Amino acid sequence: MCVYDANAHMTITLLLFASYADALGASALTVELPRDSTVGDVLTAIRSRRGADRLPPSPLVAVNQRYAALSRVVQEGDEVAIIPPVAGG
Amino acid sequence: MTPLASLVREPIDSLAVIRAVSTPANGAVLLFLGAVRQVNDGRDVTGIDYAAYEAMAQRELEAIVDEAVAAFGTADVAVVHRLGALAVEEVSVAIAVGHPHRDTAYALSRWVIEALKRRVPIWKREHYTDGTREWVDPTGHVGAGAPT
Repeated sequence: MCVYDANAHMTITLLLFASYADALGASALTVELPRDSTVGDVLTAIRSRRGADRLPPSPLVAVNQRYAALSRVVQEGDEVAIIPPVAGG
Repeated sequence: MTPLASLVREPIDSLAVIRAVSTPANGAVLLFLGAVRQVNDGRDVTGIDYAAYEAMAQRELEAIVDEAVAAFGTADVAVVHRLGALAVEEVSVAIAVGHPHRDTAYALSRWVIEALKRRVPIWKREHYTDGTREWVDPTGHVGAGAPT
């Protein structure tokens, strides 16, 4: 029997910038995911949104303001961001 | 001097950046300025909006300065990046370095700008004379926001 357990889920805030924010029409998205999900799972969760087809297959990502791998496990409250190709200077 | 890394929205005070790295020990002081150029990839640019993931950009700038200090043996590294709307010829980034000798100063200055361009989450949207505007993708890939 499958019982929904709220504790088994978490809420992640995904930050979007520049061209990616334009593509998704938002600068932040809230995503509900099972615990122990990865950054890659966060991206998969938003793939169905309008405009998400304009994101590359494996964009640069950051967790808590540091570059991270898509395999990185995220935790409730983590700040996850997708980083478009940087163009400072 | 304490190494300096900052993001600003007002015009950059280049002399203040130089002063941050000038010490009696430094026989070489270099200032690099990055400015908005009028023609990019053959298109006429009227201005650039600089945007950033500010908390991370600040952290990355500080990390770059810390790494430079460790690698080049001088504490005299200063980098200031401007955000917001800039016109052609305005300065978007200033990097000042000081070292007893010029060879190291030149290498250090170059190292800092290359690291900044590679790592710091800052983006620019160019405005063109035909009224269009576009996020710049230095990787050259057709990505989000690019015309298809």
